Amino acid sequence: MSTYDVAIVGAGVIGTTIARELMHYDLKVVLLEKGDDVAVGTTKANSAIVHAGYDAPSHTLKGQLNVLGNAMYDALSEELDVPFKRIGSLVIARDASETATLEQLLENGKRLHIPGLEIIDGARAHEMEPHLSGKAVAALYAPSAGITEPWEVAVAACENAMDNGAELKLGFEVLTIDQTAESFTLNAAEESVKAKWVINAAGVYADQIYRMVAGERETFKITPRRGQYYLLDKEAGGFVNHVVFPCPGPMGKGVLIAPTAHGNVIIGPDSQNLSESDKEATETTSDRLAYVKASAASLMDDIPFHLNITTFAGLRGEPEGDDFIIEASAEVERFINVAGIKSPGLSAAPAIAVRVAETIKALMPSIKTNPAFNPIRRPRIRLAEMTAEERDAQIEKDPRFGHMICRCEMITEGEIVDAIHRNAGGRTLNGIKRRARPGAGRCQGGFCGPRVMEILARELSCDVTDIRQEGKESVILTGKMGKGGRS
Amino acid sequence: MKEMVCIVCPKGCHMKVERNQEEWIVTGNSCNRGKLYAIEEQRNPSRVVPTTVAVSHGMHPRLPVKTARPIPKQLIRRAMEEISKVEVDAPIEQGQVIIENLLGTGVDVVASRRMNRV
Amino acid sequence: MRKVIHYELVVIGGGPGGLAAAVEARESGVKSIAVIERDTELGGILQQCIHNGFGLTEFKEELTGPEYAERFIRELERGGIDVMLNTMVMELHHDRRLVVTSAEKGITEIHAGAVILAMGCRERTRGAIAIPGTRPAGVMTAGTAQRYINVEGYRVGERVVILGSGDIGLIMARRLTLEGAKVLAVAEVMPFSGGLMRNIVQCLEDYEIPLLLSHTVTDIIGRDRVEGVVLQQVDEKLNPIPGTEKRYECDTLLLSVGLIPENELSRMAGIQIDPMTRGPRVNEQMETSVPGIFACGNVVHVHDLVDFVTEESRCAGRAAAQKVLAKAEVADPPKIEIQTIAGTGIGYVMPQRITQAGAADRVTLMMRVKKVYKGAEISVSADDREILRKPFGHLAPGEMVRLDLSSGLVPSGSRTIGIEVIEKQ
Repeated sequence: MSTYDVAIVGAGVIGTTIARELMHYDLKVVLLEKGDDVAVGTTKANSAIVHAGYDAPSHTLKGQLNVLGNAMYDALSEELDVPFKRIGSLVIARDASETATLEQLLENGKRLHIPGLEIIDGARAHEMEPHLSGKAVAALYAPSAGITEPWEVAVAACENAMDNGAELKLGFEVLTIDQTAESFTLNAAEESVKAKWVINAAGVYADQIYRMVAGERETFKITPRRGQYYLLDKEAGGFVNHVVFPCPGPMGKGVLIAPTAHGNVIIGPDSQNLSESDKEATETTSDRLAYVKASAASLMDDIPFHLNITTFAGLRGEPEGDDFIIEASAEVERFINVAGIKSPGLSAAPAIAVRVAETIKALMPSIKTNPAFNPIRRPRIRLAEMTAEERDAQIEKDPRFGHMICRCEMITEGEIVDAIHRNAGGRTLNGIKRRARPGAGRCQGGFCGPRVMEILARELSCDVTDIRQEGKESVILTGKMGKGGRS
Repeated sequence: MKEMVCIVCPKGCHMKVERNQEEWIVTGNSCNRGKLYAIEEQRNPSRVVPTTVAVSHGMHPRLPVKTARPIPKQLIRRAMEEISKVEVDAPIEQGQVIIENLLGTGVDVVASRRMNRV
Repeated sequence: MRKVIHYELVVIGGGPGGLAAAVEARESGVKSIAVIERDTELGGILQQCIHNGFGLTEFKEELTGPEYAERFIRELERGGIDVMLNTMVMELHHDRRLVVTSAEKGITEIHAGAVILAMGCRERTRGAIAIPGTRPAGVMTAGTAQRYINVEGYRVGERVVILGSGDIGLIMARRLTLEGAKVLAVAEVMPFSGGLMRNIVQCLEDYEIPLLLSHTVTDIIGRDRVEGVVLQQVDEKLNPIPGTEKRYECDTLLLSVGLIPENELSRMAGIQIDPMTRGPRVNEQMETSVPGIFACGNVVHVHDLVDFVTEESRCAGRAAAQKVLAKAEVADPPKIEIQTIAGTGIGYVMPQRITQAGAADRVTLMMRVKKVYKGAEISVSADDREILRKPFGHLAPGEMVRLDLSSGLVPSGSRTIGIEVIEKQ
């Protein structure tokens, strides 16, 4: 059985950024992920916003870590070569009572020292967002808000952590945890690992993981809260320039409209509490999608919904106390819960990682730093973003970068092969889509899907029929025809 | 009596076909081609069967083929079984006979594209 | 150093449209022509359409897709046309400059005397119609399934529901059945099929596959792979009717819910797009709003018969040749053109504009009606004065209507040609 200093349960954006942060120290770290890829839970389906941080009260972890995390994103994006654009956000007020809410948000934001926050009038808001509904009378403008791609952050953080020595075990679903005075043994169906410390970053499953060690003690509960989204084609790009929110309500920040880091438009989410056991219910429903559409339509006019390319739903883990739970367990030694990381979890992620590392450091003063730590991830090659001369040179070096596989997103074979062979590389169709984007465009893989499957099979030395979309049973092809199907 | 929709042209006439001893009586058709189609559909409905066979050394693993002429409808299943047993080796020319006299129908199965050897 | 090459004519796309256009341009005297194709071979989507039924008008016989393609590929091989396979056009500019990429040659810039767009179309996806439910494997467009099965030799599923009764959906219902899969139903949200009647008879009725009109998929079930779908009846406004839900246990949902012209490059070149056809606005010579750039086939509007693609593409090939050979200054002075207008009952009309010279000659209008008509007339007016009225026993959106305006029919100086359906009282 392999032995580690730290086992992190869950390889979402929280688990992976923690793993990367811990590689600053001389620690043997393993990430245990039940899915067949990193970033397949909450991380893969959310609004992809790095919030400015005025929403959560200034005394909460959510409020404090959001602001800290936001400020860290420029460096993070640089080091990990992930998209991040500080495009700013607008919270729209449509009447006097909503304007009063803006004042409260502004006050809260000031307490948190959020840079550049101001309330602007309706005219200026319309100037910034020409499609804004005529009802908008004022807006809270937060220039520090940004957009990123959460799964790219997680993939990149995981890769960088692994480049620095961390290990990743996919398909490792922690079913039981045994503890001794010295260590924990985390057991999956066919494998176990031993670790001195456990960090519980299991997203909507964090309560279940904690119960494995908490015994009879009262523990926190995580309720899955579902949000549904529309994603519009890049043809709709330019429809919206900032992250546009309605005034927040008791169920969260409301249905937002925003550009994505890759130039699409995202609209959502609604907010629906599911039962505690519904931790996989990521299906969309027509009534809720209709609600998202209607809500968005009250915020902006003429939304080009006819350019929709996909709808999806994500779950976020809603803790009972409404704030993040980031603490060494008072009852179980060397067990750290990082739970209830709902919005603004993505924004706060880099700050959460630092806080967790500091927690460990405080409890383990003998910890040594790792002088070899390299925060820089090898940059990705994106042919579409190069000048013609750069492209030519790249193709000459490796002709696979001249072989265009995905027309919609302009992705070459070289980029796909690279996405497979990096640390924490993609092994599924969706995994490749998350890393290199073939299939993320308007044809949704209709043209490139078969070609990506072939490349995956070739590079992983398996049969095309073994290639899956995402989870274990998600085979795309059910067999070969009679004799001589392509192998 | 049998009711049917004519597929000879896009008009889609709703026709009725009846057998009166030796003679077929077609009504509802608007042209003679429709009448012939209706009678043929009663007497001996037949179809061209397009499918693929395995091919080695070609640029694709499957070679499209078809029956050179229509075969009786009730033979389609057996024809598919028979055709699925075949494996050919590239190069193949378009029109090349892949199976002679399929199931004794007198109809050949032919390649419907060329497949160069790679 | 950037490689720059010159051609009199560049054709983008080596499917049926591009092939016919290139061959016709050569026959019309153009000496240097390149066909750029992103795939590994010519023929486009015809290579995966292994069924018969192509070419009744053009060749007076029933060919399979590959056979149809083969006729044009043979023509092309007679010489005078360069074929660039595995090559993707990354940029197209209004001055007919292209940037292309391939593994073999890297980046190449091409300057063309004229360009013909023949990029075809792509399939509408699940997202475009926002079907609710989970997002498992096993939901696939019919054309992608067709490629997997007919070209690559894979099975895509064993128990299948097909949404959409367009021709590809119908063809795939038969194909899957012949390969031993069980097709449970073909659902169509409209009260009529979008496919040809012959396909309904030969692909569904022959195999006793139910066609459920006014039905759609309202839920997809299954976490990793499709485990079932819910079909529900819809009312006249296409809204699902509560209480009509029925679950089908299946592992696959094929989508045949429409085709969209592929016009990324056209937009990049600043070509005007018709919101109805979603293709470039063209004149009767298939010239787009950018002089010297022509378009033909499914990139202009989605056809149901490849023979009409061929005809339209030949027209584009001839016109492009004329332009190249006349060495006319490509930036033509603005001409007064006649606009065609889709009136009552008409979904779209093509061409969207007609030159005065074209109107004096014979013009073929292509159009689609919005719904099924049993016995109606199509009326054509020039500047609101009726110039032609033609009865049709049967009109359906799935069947393109063609109308010839004989030479001299359109009064000279007309500004608009309006087309409408007149229902019989």
